[in-house]
Amino acid sequence: MSDAIKKGALATRFFSGSNAKPKFTIGNYAPLIALIILVVISALASEHFLMPRNITNVLRQVSYTGIIALGMTFVIIAGGIDLSVGSGLALVGVLVIMLLNYLGDGWLAVSVAIGAAAALGAMSGAINGALTTKGKIAPFVATLATMSIFRSLTLYISDAGEMVSQNSVYSKVGTGYFLDLPVPVWLFLGLAALGHMLLRHTAFGRHVCAVGSNPKVASYSAINVQRIIFSTFVILGVTVGLSAVMLSSRLNSVSPGDAGMFYELDAIAAVVIGGTSLNGGKGTIWGTVIGAVILGIINNMLNLMGVSPYLQGTVKGLVILIAVLMQYKRER
Amino acid sequence: MTSAQRPTLLRLENIRKSFSGVTVLHGINAEIEQGEVLGILGENGAGKSTLLKIVSGIYSLSDGALHIDGEPVTIGSPGDAKRLGIAMIPQEFNLIASLNVFENIFLGHELKRGSLLDKAAMRQRTHDLLQLLETELDPDSLVEDLSVAEKQMVEIAKALVHDARILIMDEPTTVLTKKEVEVLFALIAKLKAQGVTILFISHKLKEVKQLCDRLMILRDGQLVSMDEVAHLSEHDMATKMVGRELNQIFPERSQPLDEWALEVSGLSIRSQLHDISFGVRKGEVLGFAGLVGSGRTETMEALMGLRRSDSGQVKVFGKPVKIRKLRQAVELGLAYLSEDRQGAGLVMNFDLPENISLISLKRYSRGLINHQQTRKQAQDYVQRFSIKAPSLSSELQYLSGGNQQKVYLSKWMDTDPKILILDEPTRGVDVNTKKDIYHFIQSLTEQGMAVIVISSEMEELIGLAHRVMVMREGRLQGELSDEQINEQQIMLLAAGLGPQQRETA
Repeated sequence: MSDAIKKGALATRFFSGSNAKPKFTIGNYAPLIALIILVVISALASEHFLMPRNITNVLRQVSYTGIIALGMTFVIIAGGIDLSVGSGLALVGVLVIMLLNYLGDGWLAVSVAIGAAAALGAMSGAINGALTTKGKIAPFVATLATMSIFRSLTLYISDAGEMVSQNSVYSKVGTGYFLDLPVPVWLFLGLAALGHMLLRHTAFGRHVCAVGSNPKVASYSAINVQRIIFSTFVILGVTVGLSAVMLSSRLNSVSPGDAGMFYELDAIAAVVIGGTSLNGGKGTIWGTVIGAVILGIINNMLNLMGVSPYLQGTVKGLVILIAVLMQYKRER
Repeated sequence: MTSAQRPTLLRLENIRKSFSGVTVLHGINAEIEQGEVLGILGENGAGKSTLLKIVSGIYSLSDGALHIDGEPVTIGSPGDAKRLGIAMIPQEFNLIASLNVFENIFLGHELKRGSLLDKAAMRQRTHDLLQLLETELDPDSLVEDLSVAEKQMVEIAKALVHDARILIMDEPTTVLTKKEVEVLFALIAKLKAQGVTILFISHKLKEVKQLCDRLMILRDGQLVSMDEVAHLSEHDMATKMVGRELNQIFPERSQPLDEWALEVSGLSIRSQLHDISFGVRKGEVLGFAGLVGSGRTETMEALMGLRRSDSGQVKVFGKPVKIRKLRQAVELGLAYLSEDRQGAGLVMNFDLPENISLISLKRYSRGLINHQQTRKQAQDYVQRFSIKAPSLSSELQYLSGGNQQKVYLSKWMDTDPKILILDEPTRGVDVNTKKDIYHFIQSLTEQGMAVIVISSEMEELIGLAHRVMVMREGRLQGELSDEQINEQQIMLLAAGLGPQQRETA
């Protein structure tokens, strides 16, 4: 018998016998398609929507949680979750402004503060990472605890009062523009490109997916599973630190009680809407970017259409449910 | 025909099944009798599972009809099947570990008195059932504390509590020890005597020959033979399954060299392994026999740095080494294919290149991974091992067991090993792939590779190995070489009855 024919026949058999799907199906592009539909509807529903200022505004709004969502993508793909990011952001924000006010005026102080924010964020991530890997505490529980701890420390350090930066140039970071786009948006897109390279095109990214998909297989493939999980939390911590800089420099202050409130929800939602499986093992950075933008547009449209802000949480919750349901349906 | 006295229970009439336009079952006609043990044979992908999934209501048929007791029936869901008395014992057990035996057996069909659970009645019925099955199992034992064989027993009891008339068993013996297999066979005989029909899928021809009354052989979605077992030799079965003469499943053994590739001495893990010493030469196949749980896998995992060992020296090509992590073992040229292909071997949602390059990824990346190179390498393995996959980008979950095993082999070959350790390399793999794997092992030893094969299939060790180490309860029980390697010797040693004329250091 001809080998080629035999091979072809077998191929189609396995293919269909197990409801196989090739890698690139409509399902994988669902987030993008949803985004396009959303943009079209929004443009039809409100003439303000497509105005450049509105678009820029949406992107800026999205970038704070979007930056965190990039890091969150790594954590979730590796099979973890982090609920402490909002509190972590507040804590880093307060500490950075204290440091800034201690260092004095000028760009040098700002640069040092930004470096410190990334380092502090990395430390908060390292704490979460150590609790889950060394401490063997489920990430959901560990980060629920650190969420409470970080928020409480923020309030204690700041004495629950708003921390205002005395640095005269700090606010230029968060309010600045480059080529008509706000700086936070550039950072979001830049980190997204970097994150995509890391996840898709490096051994580290491949290992993150392997660990999330099946930790035992990963360890039997000479991958240091604990180190990978730890690293994903550190990466997330760094994005939290950078987001803290963007947010606090935009407002030139941090209010310890509500800075970063519910950011964990938005970040996780962006990741899930972007098609990353909450079971870990697979996901994409570009999906997360789209997920964040989708959330931003929905918020924006609700505002433009004059829907009560109190109802926005309901809509967001429904969108998350739909995204998760679609995911399960695809996995069946 | 001797079967004439048994009435027909289940009639398959022109059963067809296609998935999105591709036909996988081409009109199967068969009559299955009451109280017979029907063996179902076929290579991976021949359509056995599809057929049985139709009978048990998991798939719906595309065309054709099913008749039970001469009446046409529709089996649209597993619930329908259950009502008609059809039960399937899956390969992967569906038991809840944190519940006890009787709770599992009545899961979803709890007996109640008023609105409360009638535990006493459930316990009693479970007790009666287990007695009927002649097991010592306690209805109150937690499932998580049970052995694999005991869990299987619970699955069988679970099927019987609903008065199953047709019991489908999908490769039930792969997870059992020889002793447990005997218990299972005795049980099957008992059920048969009570008029239960057993559909028995297996890859082990010897087993089928011993157990079954008749045999259904499928190939490429067609029924090629339905005959009394007595009329078929094992050779006939294999030939019918594969569709051509299968000559020489085991290749000629090559001559080992004198140089030791690996020497292990005094390897111990407290309360698990005791003073294990062995060596393997270049170009040699060293077999490891023993019952499940005798410490063979533990020995290899300790050697590879996957398990912490308490003492022991290892020399690789004469050089003393310390292996604490798997990465070190890989760098020394050791490779280990776990017995648990899906649980520890392959990432099922990765495609071929991603799986094959997972350990050796460093070679393909300078900062960034060279995807083209990993694909090219994977393509080479696909040709070398004739791996059948829809495409390179197919996720591993869509490959058959045999092809998965070949990808797993490729993954480790890509680390460029000098010493290859294979733990149950042909478990759940069809005859053709088995043959491929045996011939591949032979060609590797020809090139000077040292190979260790752990296997529970004795003919495999007899056919492949130059020497066989037999383990029992964490100790080396003896070593056999050349003509000494036969089933009886291995069994004696594995059971701890061996003539202890040999020093095991």
